[in-house]
Amino acid sequence: MSVLEVSDLSVSYATREGPVPAVRGVSFDIDRGQVLGLAGESGCGKSTIGLGLLRLLPRGTEMRGRVMLDGADVLAMAPSELGAVRWTQASIVFQGAQHALDPVIRVGDQIEEAILAHRPVSRRDAAGRAAELLELVGLPARRTRDFPNEFSGGQKQRVMIAMALACDPDLVIADEPTTALDVMVQAQVLRLLKNLQTELGLSMLFITHDLSVLAQVADRLAVMYAGRIVEEGPAADVFASPVHPYTMALAGAFPRIGDESFVQAPGGLEGDPPDPRDLPTGCSFHPRCSRVMERCRTVDPPSFAAGADRRAECLLLEDAGATESVPT
Amino acid sequence: MSVPLPADVAEHPGPLLRIDDLHVTFAGRHRVLERRAHQGSARAVDGVDLELGEGEVLALAGESGCGKTTLARAIMGFVRPDRGTIEFRGKPLGKDLRAYRRQVQMVYQDPTGALNPRQTVYDSVAEGLRIHKVPGDEEELVRRALARAGLRPPERFLLRFPHELSGGQRQRVVIAGALALEPRVIVADEPVSNLDASVRGEILRLLLRLRREDRISILIVTHDLALAWSVADRVAVMYLGRIVEVGPTRDVLLEPRHPYTRALLDVVPDANDAESLDRPLLTGEPPDPTRIPEACRFHPRCPALADGRAAEARVDGACRADDPRLEPIVAGHLAACHLATARSDAFRVP
Repeated sequence: MSVLEVSDLSVSYATREGPVPAVRGVSFDIDRGQVLGLAGESGCGKSTIGLGLLRLLPRGTEMRGRVMLDGADVLAMAPSELGAVRWTQASIVFQGAQHALDPVIRVGDQIEEAILAHRPVSRRDAAGRAAELLELVGLPARRTRDFPNEFSGGQKQRVMIAMALACDPDLVIADEPTTALDVMVQAQVLRLLKNLQTELGLSMLFITHDLSVLAQVADRLAVMYAGRIVEEGPAADVFASPVHPYTMALAGAFPRIGDESFVQAPGGLEGDPPDPRDLPTGCSFHPRCSRVMERCRTVDPPSFAAGADRRAECLLLEDAGATESVPT
Repeated sequence: MSVPLPADVAEHPGPLLRIDDLHVTFAGRHRVLERRAHQGSARAVDGVDLELGEGEVLALAGESGCGKTTLARAIMGFVRPDRGTIEFRGKPLGKDLRAYRRQVQMVYQDPTGALNPRQTVYDSVAEGLRIHKVPGDEEELVRRALARAGLRPPERFLLRFPHELSGGQRQRVVIAGALALEPRVIVADEPVSNLDASVRGEILRLLLRLRREDRISILIVTHDLALAWSVADRVAVMYLGRIVEVGPTRDVLLEPRHPYTRALLDVVPDANDAESLDRPLLTGEPPDPTRIPEACRFHPRCPALADGRAAEARVDGACRADDPRLEPIVAGHLAACHLATARSDAFRVP
């Protein structure tokens, strides 16, 4: 069963020059206990999706489509319902979440507040739960009494993870949770997240630009470009044999130690992602695509089936005889 | 296009840059008390020996706080070493660094911070030419530098401001500013870690092209060993102010001899290995340059000491008593590890 079902989601930011489309008709599901990795360059719309799922985007942002969280449409909720959903059904861990902690309040008290705001429990029970949560993320329970500045960057990120888990959410949205951390600390936090996900059976949307991280933690992988999911499928398959030229180029940007094809040949692609206010005609990737065809300049590719449980938006698939996949 | 060497630098047979027993210490906050106790100061660079050859790409890798950026800054002459020497073409750096600084240029992690937001691309690139009073047609030199950095046609970029450029283009402008001075060495401190993954490749390919076409030596400071695999001829691994392993990229990354290098490799995400998240992690205190352990600086965290491999090779006493020197294990591959010296095949990858 799906914890989250997103269908045909579009998000436009309101700017002085008019609406700017950041997400353009995106559909995906996350099954219970599953991790969906969402990858792409900055500005591709991946963080907009993460925030949009909980309607945390700036006022005036236009959202269309359906976001079904545990069977209820988030986009149709009244503000009071929304408040109840945040934390208890879905929570977010941000990049650089360390800065989200209030520097003058003890860490334990901050976790308690989050619990008390959503659960009918006594302060004493909330305090006990806060201590339990710290131990869950690998910090001693006594550290509830410490202030944020007494924690290292990695430890603060652990606190933020504890807080995200405070009200037993079904879905955790992790937006670049390890990006600002040093290599060793990044590895620790990644392992912690993966272990918690397995132990608690969490469903997770893991957003990052780092495809190599996703190949490790994600069950499924969705690659975004210019507001669209251009390829989606089982993480191992998408990483091992990408079908969309953009995914291929992105995968090529992460060299694998021991792989001779990367020696003196760092991969990646030339050029920059398009300006969402001025998207190319046809396939929005065509100006950077190494396998561009004449039709790509005019035809916006629909989603094609690309093997078992996989899809991609690329006309090369049509030429290979693939059928259009109907979004679920 | 090859660049004629400046007339004042004759061919020198040894390495272009040679660093010998370099020490850089930063005083702690309570200076007086600490000087007495010899504590609190950070030994950011603590006895580094390193060479950079002509036209070589050397990756300097390590965790935050290992001293790699301080070492890069010392090479640039931005911080004064307490002890040790830096030789350029066989001559130790003296007081007058102007000529040296023209030949050794730095490229920073954050191109946005490195460029003045109110300056056009033209002025940003011309700035170095003016500081160093480089003779010649300024506009022609700027255009040529932009073209060499891959900003073509240069006319399109001359009058633009940084905010009108993408991250990759900004980093190219920074590189053009360096190239305008015809450097022999580029020190690049995490030059792509602020850039999007897909754009990283083009900046790295540009650096490789400069090395190939102009024989510019490149010292690339990075925390990313996978990046080192794709660009470097040699890799030097730094831990708590010291180079603990150095050698040809293939040897160091595929057959690491120092347990610290092994540990760093174990945290590189490996998409082809689903079990890579199960590899053991280093335990113990994260490195702190104000408290460098006695004897081998890595011994309190060393997995090879903890699991008995060091005892088996009868070096555990040495690990706890003697500071290991960087010693050759095989040709060109050095490690500062008692165990590696005793058993040169101890850390072979299965």
